[in-house]
Order: sequence, then C-alpha cells, then structure tokens
Amino acid sequence: MLDFSKSHFELFGLPLSYRVDSGLLAERYHALQRSLHPDRYAVAGEREKRLSLQASTRVNEAFQTLKDPLERARYLLSLHTGDSGGEKETTQDMAFLMEQMELREALSEAKDQSDPIAAVDAVLDRLADQTSGLLDQLEACFESGSEQDLEAARELVRKLQFVAKCRVEAEGLEAELDELL
Amino acid sequence: MALLQISEPGQSAAPHQHRLAAGIDLGTTNSLVATMRSGVADTLPDDFGSHLLPSVVRFAEEAVIVGDEAKVAAADDPLNTIASAKRLIGRGLDDVKRLGSRLPYEFVQTDTAVPRIRTRRGDLSPTEVSAEVLKVLAARAETALGGELSGVVITVPAYFDEAQRQATKDAARLAGLEVFRLLNEPTAAAVAYGLDKDVDGIHAVYDLGGGTFDISILRLRRGVFEVLATGGDSALGGDDLDFAVARWIMERAGIDDDASHTVLRRLMRDACAAKEALSETDRVPLRVELSNGTQWEGELDRTTFDTLIDPIVSKTVAACRRCLRDAGLRPGEVKDVVMVGGSTRVPRVRERVGELFGTTPLVDRDPDRVVAIGAALQADVLAGNKSADEMLLLDVIPLSLGLETMGGLVEKIIPRNTTIPVARAQEFTTFKDGQTAMAIHVLQGERDLVADCRSLARFELRGIPPMVAGAARILVSFEVDADGLLNVTAIEKSSGVKAQVEVKPSYGLTDAEIESMLRDSMAHAGEDLQARRLREQQVEARRALEALRAALAIDGDALLDASERQGVEDALLRLEEIAAGDDAQAIKIATDDLEKACAFYVERRMNRSIRDAMAGHKVEELKQK
Repeated sequence: MLDFSKSHFELFGLPLSYRVDSGLLAERYHALQRSLHPDRYAVAGEREKRLSLQASTRVNEAFQTLKDPLERARYLLSLHTGDSGGEKETTQDMAFLMEQMELREALSEAKDQSDPIAAVDAVLDRLADQTSGLLDQLEACFESGSEQDLEAARELVRKLQFVAKCRVEAEGLEAELDELL
Repeated sequence: MALLQISEPGQSAAPHQHRLAAGIDLGTTNSLVATMRSGVADTLPDDFGSHLLPSVVRFAEEAVIVGDEAKVAAADDPLNTIASAKRLIGRGLDDVKRLGSRLPYEFVQTDTAVPRIRTRRGDLSPTEVSAEVLKVLAARAETALGGELSGVVITVPAYFDEAQRQATKDAARLAGLEVFRLLNEPTAAAVAYGLDKDVDGIHAVYDLGGGTFDISILRLRRGVFEVLATGGDSALGGDDLDFAVARWIMERAGIDDDASHTVLRRLMRDACAAKEALSETDRVPLRVELSNGTQWEGELDRTTFDTLIDPIVSKTVAACRRCLRDAGLRPGEVKDVVMVGGSTRVPRVRERVGELFGTTPLVDRDPDRVVAIGAALQADVLAGNKSADEMLLLDVIPLSLGLETMGGLVEKIIPRNTTIPVARAQEFTTFKDGQTAMAIHVLQGERDLVADCRSLARFELRGIPPMVAGAARILVSFEVDADGLLNVTAIEKSSGVKAQVEVKPSYGLTDAEIESMLRDSMAHAGEDLQARRLREQQVEARRALEALRAALAIDGDALLDASERQGVEDALLRLEEIAAGDDAQAIKIATDDLEKACAFYVERRMNRSIRDAMAGHKVEELKQK
C-alpha cells in the first residue's frame, strides 16, 4: 500500500528542502497518478478500486501541499517541529499589522475611487510584493535550519497567512467589480 | 529464461480481453452514443442515419418511445411526453417551480425530496426519464458492437453539483449500465480535440449546451489533461437564446404570457429555427399562427438578434473571466478555445468569445458530436483496451463543499477547483452527555449562508459510544471520488468505533427508492429481478477472475512465493466453482472472499507500480528469482 507514513517529499522522491524543483514535482506527480488514478482501475475489483482511490487522493494532497509555497512551509514546519502552527496564531509585529490594516482600508475605500479596479490592483500588487519578499526570507530560514531560524520561519508563515487572507479579499472585491462592468 | 512483455499493473496484456465500451453524451436537448471501431471513435446513427437522439421520452399506452418519434408527438400528448429531463435531474421541487411555466408537465410532490412528473405510467422522477434515453443509446451501441457493454462513460456538465451527478449515475443504474466514469463535458471535448492536435499548452473549452453552460480551462502536457479551473451555469443554455427570440416574437405578435403550452412550444421551435437560420443569413422571415386563427408575419435581422442575445452571452463571458481568475491566468495565456454545443454556431457567440480570449475559436469538430466522441475515447481507455501510456484526465470539483455550522453559516471544507479525488477530515465532538448520534448537513456552493448554497444531504452518524459531553473525538472524512461524488465516513477516535452513516439526500433518490424502481421497471419488461441479480454477480465474479488471472500472468512469479501463489490459485478455483452455480448471494460472498484473499497481492502490485512509475521505466524482462 502507498505508505501513509512516508512524507510528501519521500513520496515524490524529492529531497527534504524548502526549495522544490516544480518541473520535477509535476513530472513525478503525473507519473504517480498515471499508475494509481481510479481511471486505471475502472474494471478492477472493489478492493483495488478502494486502494486506488485512497492512493490517488493521497498523491493529490501531497502535490497540492508541496506545490504551494505557504502550504509547503507549514508542512516543513510540521515535519521539523511536529507543529505547523495553527491558522489562529497571530503575529506581534506592529509595523506589519499596521501595513495590513492600511491595505484593508484601501480595499474598503476602493469602491469610492474614480477607478476602483485600479485601486484594488494596486493593493494586489503590494500584496504580491510582500509575499515574494516573505517567501525569500522563508527560503533562507529553511536553508539554515537552526532552531532560531525555524522560529523565524513560523513567524514568516503567520505573516504570509495574513497576506494570503487579504489577497483573497482583494480578489473577491476585484471579481465583484468585474461583474458590474 | 522466458522473456515476457510486462505492461503496467491494472492493464490487460491479453488481446482477447478486449472489452466493449461506449461513451454517452446525455444532453438536455439531444443525446448521442459513440464507440471505438477500428481504432476510430465515432457517434452511432439510428436506422435512419440520425446521430442525434432527441432527449424526449413519451410514455405512451403501449410502450415507451424515445427520440424523434416522441418529439413529433409531444404537441399531442404533452403531459406524457417529457423533454429536457436534464434540467430537472438532481433538483428539488423549488428549483422546478422556478423554471415555471416553461414546463408543461404535471408535477407532484411525494414525501421524498425528488419531484415526480405525473404520467399515465405513474409518478416518475426525472432520473427514470433519463434512464429511458440511456437504455436506447446502450442498445444502439450493443447492436453496433455485436455484444454486451462492459461499461460506459457518461458525460455531465462540469458545473453539475453532486446531487445532479448522483442522479445521473442513478439513471445509469436503472438502465442496467455499469458506469466507468462520469466525465465532465468540456474535458470530454478537450480529449476529442487534444488527441488529434497533440499540442501542449493551456486550452479553454466553451460549452454552450441546450440547457447548461460550462467553461473549463485545462493544461495539456504530454498526454495529461489537467483541469485548472471550471465554471459555468447549470441553468443557462442555448434554449435561453431561443427563449429571448420567442419573447421578442410574442411582444411583436401580441401573444400573451399565458398562452397555451402548445403555442409556446411552437414558438420555441420557430425561435430555434430562426436562430439557426441567422447563422447563415442576415435576416429571416417569421410567420406565427395566432390563437384566433390569424397569422402574424415579421422579420428578424441579425443585428436585432445579436442585441436580444447579448445579455445572455455576457453572462457566459463573465463566467469565463471568473474561471480565468480562478486559474490564475490572463485571457492571453490561453492558447486556444474550443467551442462545444450547437449554439456555438451562432456568429455573435463566436465573436464575443474570440474577443475575450484574443484568439479565433476552434470550430472544426462538429460541436454536437465532439463530447460523445471524447467520452468514447476515454471509455476505451478505462475498459482496459489501451496500454497504460494513454491519456490521464485530472479533473476538479466545480463547487466548494461545506458544512452547516452555528447560525446558518457554511464552513468550506473542500474549495472549488480542487483536483479530485480529494478527501478532507474534520473533527467533531458531542455537546450532550451520552450523545450517541449526530447530524451533519453538507452543502455545495460559494456563499456564506446555508440559505444561499445547495443542500446536498444530511448525514446521520449513529453508534457513537456514549461519553461525557465534549469527550468524543469524531473524525468525519469527506471523500470526493473521481466522479465528483461524495462519500462520508466517521470514526470515533478514542474508541475506534466506526459510526454508521445514514445518508438522507436532499434532492436524490434513496437506495430503497432505486431498488423499488428497478423492480417496477423489470416487472414491466417481464424481467426477473432474481435472474438479473444472478447475472450481475456472475459478471462481477468473472471480472474478478479475469483480472487476477491477467495479473498472475504478468507478475505472479515475481511477486509471490510458492505458498502465496498456491493460496491465490485455490481462492480462484473456489470462486470459479461457486460462480458456475446459481446462488447469487453465495457468488457475492465468494467474490468478496477472493478479493480479501488477494488483497495483499494487489497491494504489492500497486507498490511495484509506484516504484516503476518513479523510476520511469517499463519492465521488459521477467527476471528469475
């Protein structure tokens, strides 16, 4: 059976590291699904079908986790420290929180601007910049791997979660405005 | 030392195991069936050369009539001639009421959630009506192929929710068909186009059927079709274009909204004809018979027609933009757009879609037949007739799955556009001392309120060991399979007790109802339920035996030691013996026993398959131990 005790990295035959070769990841993902997907077992017995479904589901989950930089980080933290950090944890970085508040204010005021979509796009651009900055720092932390750096990584993950939530709101607003066109 | 050609596990190496399979496009207006013959997938015509079977079922006194014959008689027997059952399948009476006066049937609400249509054959569900269409198509395929079908692939709109999908599978069950896969229509179309072109990249499929609209964005990379995002509207289709024209005619001709159903039907037919004519010419004459016997004459030109349909087309374009956003892509990143569905012949539709994506839409395949052809191609692969190097379809769930929480809110547990199969687990606890049961309400949709989402089912968990309130740790697992269907399992973690899950579908038929329908339909056809059960068990037994024999031939020596091999062979012989008899129950038990006995072997094969996949090679030689 697909060994559920294996880590996602082991599953795809990738080294345990934050930096992932996305091309290789996709290749391995496709190779695994070619073998395990329920489509391969459409005429098999009930047990085989069940195994295939579980295995294919596991592969999908592992792929989604490793593909997304934030999910990957949380996963690595859980491997290293047994705890990925719940979504409820917040940061104490006041400067960061202030900036987030400003961005949210900008979103709530966007509708009243002369060009609402441009206003939202400006917020999205800022969020994208923040995200890539945080991800760069995250990569450095995982590379070093020290206790201190792993703690720092957790903090970065918290911040990224904030940014991600804000981005979801901004995208939702953009969609709303787009519908009105 | 013997050299054996070893193909991937799960595939049959033996050519004599070619299984008959077909692809079915169960459409709102028309349905089609396609099969592979001499390596080519094509739709099958009826005796008159017609490939399209109108999805119209007439329950006449003497027989059930499906297709053109039924369509022609619709005006004479409107209460017993059901068209477009696809609009109703998997829906509740409230949805049906919203569709309003457009449907002339007599709806009755029974004590279950599924609306029934009163006909001379009894109160029928839309599922039963669709089953009649499937029966005709399956028969057509079996005649053409000269044998019994092993299974079929049936297509559904990508935007169909779980209830609509389940109802489609139920219809297949009633028709006595084994469903290999429910395949999303845009994906099927992509398959039909993709194999010819073999162009890697990002493609969009714009599918405007009679009653449903889908937009899917896929990445095709080395034979793997990965759906990135899908969107649409399962209550918007080509018929709405017709309706816009019909409304315009009604206004011009002074026909009231409460005109008779016969008049409305005729108007829709005229509107449809006008729409089709305007794809070729700039203006079309109209002639409508009024109820007072006089005639109204008029003319519809293309400019006016475009204005009439633009609001509807705009809705589809908005859905396309939403889908692009979900996929994280800009319109320009899409390589090409495939047009599916008869209404995509309308020039204005092509124009606006081309505008959005900045590319001329692909229309070289027959938009009416391409979905069935894609389904047939996949059916052939799933039946095991092709080697493992064939295409792989990775599809997604179109709508978010959520649970009802406090205050009438929905908490999303599986977001839309997640690749399937997928599973998510959620932990619950009890809130009363000694509580042994729990109800979970599952919904589908993007909104935050229960009232704004579609209720799928209520799952009742029973058999929770009684504990202090809050002590129980009930892990509920929500699994969505490759058909987009939901399965719920629950386990109480501290005791390890598996809770019984009773499903109460909000808009679906219960197993008991389906059993009862099967019995009725067979009684009608003079068939014996017992005989059918026996045959089904024998087929399943044979399938298990064949699969295991094929597996042993491939790697029995490599993966099993002598005593294990003996054990498997013994189990095979036992089933063979019992399957030769006529005790359906015993055969079922023996089949299950065989699978249990060989479970370890199956796991070993799967593990080896994974290892081979990761090593990226096919084993060409059998090594002696």
